[in-house]
Amino acid sequence: MRPLAAPARLRPCFGLDPPGCGISAVRMLAYTIQRVFQSAIVLLVVGLVAFSMFRFVGDPIDNMLGQERTMEDVERLRAQLGLDQNFFVQYYRFLEGAVQGNFGVSYRQGRPVAEILLERAPATLELAAVSGFLAIAFGIALGVFTAIRRNGFAAHAIMTVSLIGVSLPTFLIGILLIYLFSVELGWLPSFGRGEVVKIGNWSTGFLTASGLQALILPAITLGLYQMTLIMRLVRSEMLEVLRQDYIRFARARGLRERAVNFRHALRNTLVPVITVTGLQLGSIIAFAIITETVFQWPGVGLLFINAVQFVDIPVMAAYLMLISVMFVGINLIVDMLYFAIDPRLRADRTGAH
Amino acid sequence: MVDTPLPPDAPVAVKDPSRLSLALQSDFFYQFKRSPVAIASFVVTLVLVLGAVLAPLIAPFDPFDPASLNLMNGFSRPMTPNAFTGDSFWLGTDDQGRDVFSTILYGMRISLFVGAAAVLFAMVLGITLGLLAGYVGGWTETIIMRVADVQLTFPSILVAMLIFGIAKGITPVEYRDQVAIWVLIIAIGLSDWVQFARVVRGATLVEKNKEYVAAARLIGRSGPAIMVRHILPNVLSPVLVIATISLALAIIAEATLSFLGVGAPPTQPSLGTLIRIGQGFLFSGEWWILFFPAMTLLALALSVNLLGDWLRDALNPRLR
Repeated sequence: MRPLAAPARLRPCFGLDPPGCGISAVRMLAYTIQRVFQSAIVLLVVGLVAFSMFRFVGDPIDNMLGQERTMEDVERLRAQLGLDQNFFVQYYRFLEGAVQGNFGVSYRQGRPVAEILLERAPATLELAAVSGFLAIAFGIALGVFTAIRRNGFAAHAIMTVSLIGVSLPTFLIGILLIYLFSVELGWLPSFGRGEVVKIGNWSTGFLTASGLQALILPAITLGLYQMTLIMRLVRSEMLEVLRQDYIRFARARGLRERAVNFRHALRNTLVPVITVTGLQLGSIIAFAIITETVFQWPGVGLLFINAVQFVDIPVMAAYLMLISVMFVGINLIVDMLYFAIDPRLRADRTGAH
Repeated sequence: MVDTPLPPDAPVAVKDPSRLSLALQSDFFYQFKRSPVAIASFVVTLVLVLGAVLAPLIAPFDPFDPASLNLMNGFSRPMTPNAFTGDSFWLGTDDQGRDVFSTILYGMRISLFVGAAAVLFAMVLGITLGLLAGYVGGWTETIIMRVADVQLTFPSILVAMLIFGIAKGITPVEYRDQVAIWVLIIAIGLSDWVQFARVVRGATLVEKNKEYVAAARLIGRSGPAIMVRHILPNVLSPVLVIATISLALAIIAEATLSFLGVGAPPTQPSLGTLIRIGQGFLFSGEWWILFFPAMTLLALALSVNLLGDWLRDALNPRLR
């Protein structure tokens, strides 16, 4: 059987194990511990970067106190922020604060960063969820279609368009959509979230007509790139699987074409697709920065880009911490899931071979 | 063919079967001639690069010279004489009467310069670290590759934004616009070195066990000399392919950053900055201020990208 098309770093082989090594329960546990440990180190390093930004890029005191200040004010704030202590104590305190969700006060807005982030998060999460869903649904559907009808005219057309789509910068796609649907046709709004409804702390745009309308263009813009990626991946995996003997055998048994394509072929392509899709989830949040700027979507990404423009270090540091926790977490989960999903790897574990 | 003896005073160059004719007979050139996509993208790239390099000669106006601007010429439509002054501009003018064609040529200069310099920076950094990691091994390798792994976890555009933000925080306000271009180059370069390092390290691991390296070591050449003079020339061909594809990505990254307002300043507008400016006029009907820079960026990115794809296939005989 074809070896799994996973990036090398996802393979659970370490030490002297040969490539394609099987996974015993003990090794699995050791691997899990190793990965968790690695993730923790990555987070500590990112924390150090974030802390150094806060501490050394510009003087926090200068940024927080205005022109009119006394030496007492400076000293008081210095002690209050703990800036008179040594580096490691400060770093420890920063981490302690970050774990408790305390990222300091925004230079620009004068409010706690955590509060601003919480306020902005629903917009980004809703946008990311919808575009992720679009990307997966259409990506898999089009991928299967282009694989099954790989010589058809429609499949060729889709592949060509997707090639252009990959080289088109995200912001140009956004502008193009705005031009078509907002300026020329006037069907959809070009900026903002529309009306939102507050449910507790969560503001949602799902419940109003204008909120849903405002969501359409940004969601397409954000999801398009991931969709082409998933589509191309599904297509190439499908083509690979369709060549296998068991597919020929399934056809020989007289199974209907649909059953062969979906029950046999598609299911066997899903492992790498899930891996890559999982890793792409993080990029959706990161690329949301661009989409949110084009559409003035009031989310975390727009907050971050404004923070970079105005050098609002606490916001930048908090965003960095937040997004790295997310990335590292997703990576860890995908690595772990990798064994859980694939029965071939499980079979190795129970000693079937 | 009969070998005729050359007259003693003939120039040395004639003795060679000429490098050009060798290149024209090569398999590489044959592949190039056979691929219409390669020829088309090469021509487009060449035209755009020439336009950028020769901008001061080609451009009908100098967009940075306030004396050449006439506010009355503002918002001229493409190819139509202006209602007030009667002046006509190929691609129209922006709100301040700047010729869009000229700003595109100058903008492309900045886009290409930043893209090329960033790739060069990433290449030098990546090759150095990759050679070190592959040849020296041990702790050096572990540290370099761990940093690479961590950086690869994050999308490179995010890394570039962070570096840009930090650098902006460090530079005093009055210098920010002056150093913005260089900061941009460093930010994009630093976000892109990992690819080069990984490929060079992989190739170095293979090369360092070959006999010529052992021979070089035996005659007593130093580590750096072996790395640079012996291993480096043998690992360059994959680097070339990555560099071409990276150039397309770097141009897009630069445009994206400038579009988001964290890149080239309005005093030195790149294509991304021009698109950012043009977006403001989308709703008022002056489409050309946005449209032409966007098309130029698209043509540039697409043609460099296709050229890189073709180069990858042409240099890898297994894919044919």
